[in-house]
Amino acid sequence: MKRTGVFICHCGINIAGTVDVKRVSEELSRYPGVIHSEDYVYVCSDPGQNLIIDAINEKKLDSVVVACCSPTLHETTFRNASKSAGINLFQCEIANIREQCSWVHKDIEKATEKAIKITKSAVKRVRRNESLDPISIPVTRRALVIGGGIAGIQAALDLANSGFEVILVERSPSIGGHMIQLSETFPTLDCSQCILTPKMVEVSKHPQIKLLTYSEVQEVSGYVGNFKVKILKHPTYVYPDKCTLCDECTKVCPVVVPNEFDIGLTGRRAIYIPFPQAIPATYTLDIKGCPGLLPIACGKCADVCEPEAIDYDMKPEIVEEDVGAIIVATGYDLYDKKMMAEYGYGKYSDVLDGLQFERLCSASGPTMGKILRPSDHKEPKEVVFIQCVGSRDPELHCAYCSKICCMYTAKHAMLYKHHVPDGQAYIFYIDIRSGGKGYEEFVQRAVEEDGVLYLRGKVSKIFDDKGKIKVWGVDTLIGKDIEINADMVVLATAMRPSRGAEELAKKLKIAMDKDGFLSEAHPKLRPVESVTSGLFLAGAAQAPKDIPEAVAQASGAAAKAISILSQDRLYHAPTVAKVEMNLCTGCGMCVHVCPYDALSLKEGKVEVNEVLCEGCGTCSATCLRAAIKVINLTPLQIHEMIRASLGG
Amino acid sequence: MGDEFEPKLVAFLCKWCSSAGSDLAGVSRMEYPSNVVPITVMCSGSVSPLYILDAFNKGADGVLVSGCHPGDCHYIKGNYYARRRIAFVKKLLEYIGLEPQRFQMSWISAAEGTKYTQIIKDFVKELKSLGPQTKLRREQ
Repeated sequence: MKRTGVFICHCGINIAGTVDVKRVSEELSRYPGVIHSEDYVYVCSDPGQNLIIDAINEKKLDSVVVACCSPTLHETTFRNASKSAGINLFQCEIANIREQCSWVHKDIEKATEKAIKITKSAVKRVRRNESLDPISIPVTRRALVIGGGIAGIQAALDLANSGFEVILVERSPSIGGHMIQLSETFPTLDCSQCILTPKMVEVSKHPQIKLLTYSEVQEVSGYVGNFKVKILKHPTYVYPDKCTLCDECTKVCPVVVPNEFDIGLTGRRAIYIPFPQAIPATYTLDIKGCPGLLPIACGKCADVCEPEAIDYDMKPEIVEEDVGAIIVATGYDLYDKKMMAEYGYGKYSDVLDGLQFERLCSASGPTMGKILRPSDHKEPKEVVFIQCVGSRDPELHCAYCSKICCMYTAKHAMLYKHHVPDGQAYIFYIDIRSGGKGYEEFVQRAVEEDGVLYLRGKVSKIFDDKGKIKVWGVDTLIGKDIEINADMVVLATAMRPSRGAEELAKKLKIAMDKDGFLSEAHPKLRPVESVTSGLFLAGAAQAPKDIPEAVAQASGAAAKAISILSQDRLYHAPTVAKVEMNLCTGCGMCVHVCPYDALSLKEGKVEVNEVLCEGCGTCSATCLRAAIKVINLTPLQIHEMIRASLGG
Repeated sequence: MGDEFEPKLVAFLCKWCSSAGSDLAGVSRMEYPSNVVPITVMCSGSVSPLYILDAFNKGADGVLVSGCHPGDCHYIKGNYYARRRIAFVKKLLEYIGLEPQRFQMSWISAAEGTKYTQIIKDFVKELKSLGPQTKLRREQ
């Protein structure tokens, strides 16, 4: 039997206030296998850790249980203390008697009884723990960044400037994301394109960045340090190195489709360049719009292309890459307009969403920066902006706050006033959330300098009334109904995870929250990591956020990725599944349930890939013959823990 | 009321969501009955039906298995396997004549300290009304 030492922490009065620690110590000292048992005011302090080290040395302990706070806090501390006294890291277990006992109970007698059970259970567990060494794996020193918006661009540049090779994958024909569509950015009113395009150019010229646009991640396998990625590169039917950007092709293309870059406010040809500063600077033939690739169907663009850059025979290509870390920066889309029928979005052409209004304001936009109504190209004199369209509405739409709308609506109203000084801007809002450097001042500027009228309340209905858009709302501060005959309405629609993000998350095995945003490993302490090691999150894919936050998170994700890529070797938890060969019948049930494809059948028996295995134990619960188990949390250990938990 | 029946409840909590949720209940100093003793496992998908039966054998009056919300499993799909397996255990318990309410499954995220507290409160209350579990208990 093992020689276990038990240390019960008072945690000041956090534990000792509710749990009779002396009694726990006494009871445990009589428990089989316990050689040493003592309590101390703060076991995590230096003198406390020394108690453990001294006891291990003096009493020749081979295992340790510390009854204290949650293992998420000090497990590493105590394991390292034990290790410094010469016993294996995995011979130290934590009994959580604070969060799961002293803090949630008041009755000292009952709490003490429970603390004894929890501690005994940990003693039972450690008694059958094996000594293990971390599994060492090599590292591929390259990274993949998915998404070429501002977050992806920033992450790719940070990685590349640190000397690591980066593959940047973007679904659309150009990088730039939504930020390149914006007119100005709050709170400084910097021109969005002016501050983004230098970064885009840097990406295109960087020797360490391999840019794959019009491409999508098709398959991801492997594990931290050693991912294998298959990327599908859609054919653009244009050779970028031959294309001289002469624009002759668009002049002859007979097809007009809505222009995504202007969110349908303008049209584009089937062969097109998304915007003049697009990176890579080349044209793309959109096969969905093109009448057919057979020259007999049309073929006009190839006819006029002097440098012969157009090739109808271009085929999709699969690019395979090995990378050590992956950053997911897939960004956002606006909430589906079909969901907002009561606001007439999609029905009235002068009801716009925020991004469309950005395009109207933009100097490079469809109106060259003049704010005009899409319906009749007249200057709108009264514009109603509505916040929280689809956000903060748990009954019908999204429960969360989209975070950026308060600020960009203030900006929109301000920009509108700068373009149309004699116009009036109204903003319907629920609350104004302007936390951020210079943000509150920005909102005040909109109100004080630009006379924007804020109305606290919601809009119930929008309908056409003799060429005007009638807006019915309520001002809850004065308690009156409001009716505005507006010329234009701008909806601050909710931010949603970008389309396809769910599919990608499944390929990458990243968890999503209830709204479909990617889940971070810890909401406070690990905000840029996903729970799967080696996968990091940046930008609005994780939650609604503005540009400075997306950039900060991208740099954070890059730094985290670098902390992996800069290692010579990585270490993986050795508490993985293990097969009892004589019990395994090779039925393969465990192979099917393994979420990580870590199990395979080899010569009639199951084999564990220790690097892929995360130790979840689903295999163990599935096996009918108890032939597969997770090391250090085996069925036998659990059965003994159950006994201890019930007072045995 | 000193000799009121105090049921014994074993809770298998997955490490990533439910155990973290119960930690949060602690951090937020929520109060719930001390009848429950938690056993943290890696994933609700690793809870074998044998563990549940074993707990009843060893004198548990109730067993709770709690995992991450469906779709939110740290191990991607472990909780789906747990759900299937647990539905089967419930049927089995019914078949052998044990009140199925003695065995419950819940989804508790790391942010749901309140939910954990409420589930334990309700469960203990229910077990008190059911009385001691004797059907599967092996005299020890």
